[in-house]
Amino acid sequence: MDSVQKENILDVQKVAMVFGGLMALSNLNFQVKQGSIKAIIGPNGAGKTTLFNIITGSFPPTEGRVRFKGQSIEHLKAHQIADRGISRTFQTIELFDNMTVLENVMLGCHTRVRASFMASGFLLPQSRRKEKEIQDRAMKILKFIGLGDKFNDPADSLPLGEQKMLEIGRALASEPELICLDEPAAGLNETETHLASSLIKAINAKGVTVLLVEHDMKVVMNISDEIVVLNYGQKIAEGSPEDIRNNQRVVEAYLGSEA
Amino acid sequence: MVNHHPHFLFYGSGMEKITLASQLLQYLITGLTVGSIYAMVAVGFNIIYNVTEIINFAQGEFVMLGGLIMVFFHVTLGLPLILAFPATILLVTLAGVLLDRLAIRPIRQPSVLTLIIATIAASILIKGAAMFIWGKDPYDLPAFSGRNPINVLGAVIQPQYFWVIGFLIIIVIALSIFFDRTIIGKAMSACADNADAASLVGIDVKRMILLSFALSAGIGAVAGITVTPISLMEYDRGVMLAVKGFGAAILGGLGSFPGAILGGLIIGSIESFGAGLISSGYKDAFALIVLMVVLFFKPSGIFGDIEISRIKRF
Amino acid sequence: MLRIGKLPITIFAVLIIIFPWIADHISAIDHYPDIMVFAGIYCLIAMGLSLLMGYAGQISIGHAAFYGIGAYVSAILTVRYGLNPWTGMLAGMVVAAVVALLVGAPSLKLKGHYLAMATLAFGIIVYIIFNEETEWTGGPDGMSGIPGLSIFGFGFDSVEKYYYLVWGIVFIVFIFTINVIQSGTGRALRAIHSSEPAASAMGVDISRFKVIVFVYSAMLASLAGSLYAHYLNFINPSTFDLFFSIKLLIMIALGGMHSIWGAVIGSGLITFLSYEWLHYFGEFEVIVYGAILLLVTIFLPHGLVGVPGIVKGWLRR
Repeated sequence: MDSVQKENILDVQKVAMVFGGLMALSNLNFQVKQGSIKAIIGPNGAGKTTLFNIITGSFPPTEGRVRFKGQSIEHLKAHQIADRGISRTFQTIELFDNMTVLENVMLGCHTRVRASFMASGFLLPQSRRKEKEIQDRAMKILKFIGLGDKFNDPADSLPLGEQKMLEIGRALASEPELICLDEPAAGLNETETHLASSLIKAINAKGVTVLLVEHDMKVVMNISDEIVVLNYGQKIAEGSPEDIRNNQRVVEAYLGSEA
Repeated sequence: MVNHHPHFLFYGSGMEKITLASQLLQYLITGLTVGSIYAMVAVGFNIIYNVTEIINFAQGEFVMLGGLIMVFFHVTLGLPLILAFPATILLVTLAGVLLDRLAIRPIRQPSVLTLIIATIAASILIKGAAMFIWGKDPYDLPAFSGRNPINVLGAVIQPQYFWVIGFLIIIVIALSIFFDRTIIGKAMSACADNADAASLVGIDVKRMILLSFALSAGIGAVAGITVTPISLMEYDRGVMLAVKGFGAAILGGLGSFPGAILGGLIIGSIESFGAGLISSGYKDAFALIVLMVVLFFKPSGIFGDIEISRIKRF
Repeated sequence: MLRIGKLPITIFAVLIIIFPWIADHISAIDHYPDIMVFAGIYCLIAMGLSLLMGYAGQISIGHAAFYGIGAYVSAILTVRYGLNPWTGMLAGMVVAAVVALLVGAPSLKLKGHYLAMATLAFGIIVYIIFNEETEWTGGPDGMSGIPGLSIFGFGFDSVEKYYYLVWGIVFIVFIFTINVIQSGTGRALRAIHSSEPAASAMGVDISRFKVIVFVYSAMLASLAGSLYAHYLNFINPSTFDLFFSIKLLIMIALGGMHSIWGAVIGSGLITFLSYEWLHYFGEFEVIVYGAILLLVTIFLPHGLVGVPGIVKGWLRR
């Protein structure tokens, strides 16, 4: 066990979410240590994606706080949260299907490098320079995730597994400190799942904290440092993969949901 | 497009000395009358919107057609009111059906943008056809119960005003019964709530959409028939009616029927008071300003749900 | 149509340059350069609208208002205050930008139908103002005596000279707009058009971009309005009515909203329809426009620029 107290990069405090009478999340508390990989698991409808949406700014929680590097972010809009250093992928792939593979990742650089409207229109040297910089960064990421030679293909021409990788690559382009992956292994076959897991570990090795929602237990157990378990919008367990594997409540929650 | 027909017929024609109170009352009753028309248009919007989430930009044309076709049956052909009224409604309802069949249904990849444009195109076509058939002149209809003004506390009111308000009440009652008590009505409400679930239980969603257009057209026709004896009708009245009716629908909360009624009456009153007290040249602008203010500050309207307007899947 | 090639642009430029010379020699079309002036003016508005509708995915049914603002600001400043027309033109663009900001900022937070209605209402309100504020605008009778344009003593006082002025401006704007489309801004716009949640998540401030494009399109419309005013030397409110806003929509829909060429083609075709080919129908051209709009919406949702794609699809089968 590492005795150095790592900082909590993400702190979810007493978060509750009510949708017109339905309590999707209640009294949720957990932290994510900087540099770790933390997984959120739970039966369908447990509130995992809602939690994700709150953290990444799709909407604010009805109650509670979300702190990122010590600062409250729960009231910020999605693009502001991206500027702060949190990036995400989507459960249903949300690639930009009107662009190429490269352009998708280039868009990911938006928070870091961008030229103004006027500079772009007049094709000023600074805008050309920035465009080149964006292109170089994006190519580097494509090579890192293994899609380098498909850079000019339409994004929607890729097979599912590569589309998921591309989404992750796009999320990396903003140089996030925290990356939120929403079911990165969903719909993937064994090979693709293995590639995705390796990629996530490689990203983490570079110092990026990873928070992921995932149903594939093998992936979760394999790569996570810590796991949070949700059921009916509440946290029912939290701990290392070992702890969770042996947790009776967790087992019941999953079995119960199959009934 | 400036409103060039004599709106003094609407806004105070009394020649005797009028006290401020009775003048205000006059504006109010006028406003409620005009507002009833807007309410009927708004109700029509809501019916279609609830089932399809489409805003029918051609809604106002149904009102226009109602008025002009009634002129054709009642004045040109000389049919008695009892026959001309339902005949007109039937024909305008047919126009509504055609709108759905020819402009909405054929669209292969419906999106908000394309549907908006389709209904705009339809409204231009209907307007153009009306201009072709009836020309640009305004037409008049005999009032249902004569033109002897009724004196209400000093305000001078045409009896036709009460017909308009009366028909609004009838429509409200009829629709309530329809949506709450009849099977077809309940099926339409089901579609409004959840089209997928509705089709799963065997409801023919396409037919419900058709029905919503037909119903909206019919209601629009009633509005047109009842208002023409007051303010005449010409081929290009549809647009302003549609925009103001939409304002009423938004003010009340899009999709809400009580909202449409309330919204219509409020907007009609604002317009009437505005035209009377502030400026008659800007008469049309009042409703539009209300519309924009509502859209900017509370798009969910009076009875609408905030969540609905924000998380709308447009 | 994302990689916009240099060859088509060059060919187009050449055609535009030699056109008046050709028209001069064929009496049947010797009045075409006059029509082409209007085509150029409409093209300016269409390019802005195309960016707004096709790339930012927003709809405006009130753009005639900005066209009118440009025309009236130019007219008022030059006729009533004797200002230099170029200053007036710039002032018009500034006014249009400010108005667009005030109207656009709250409107563009709205979605779909709400935005359409807000712009519709706005357009009609401005039209009513043009008609009612007679002391400023001359009311329904309009304003006359608007001076022409000249630079350093060189007057653009013939159809041909004005033609080159307008199309020169069109080309500058065309290149500018293409540059924007092919830049990071264009990418952000396409992202917004494709998936707003993903664009947001990647740091794109969607509202801000929509407003920027809206303001840009308003300024272009205003520029067009000023050019119009200085060409005809007379304006009246009926030019800036709802029907003109709808005509603009038809130009974009017909040409194709996802490509800047669509704006060029659409505006060109509709201009010729308006001024030349629909004369036979007189007032009933309205029906033709409605039919065009409906047919295009149903059968050619990508407009005329989408036709090569459709043909390719057929040939593949």
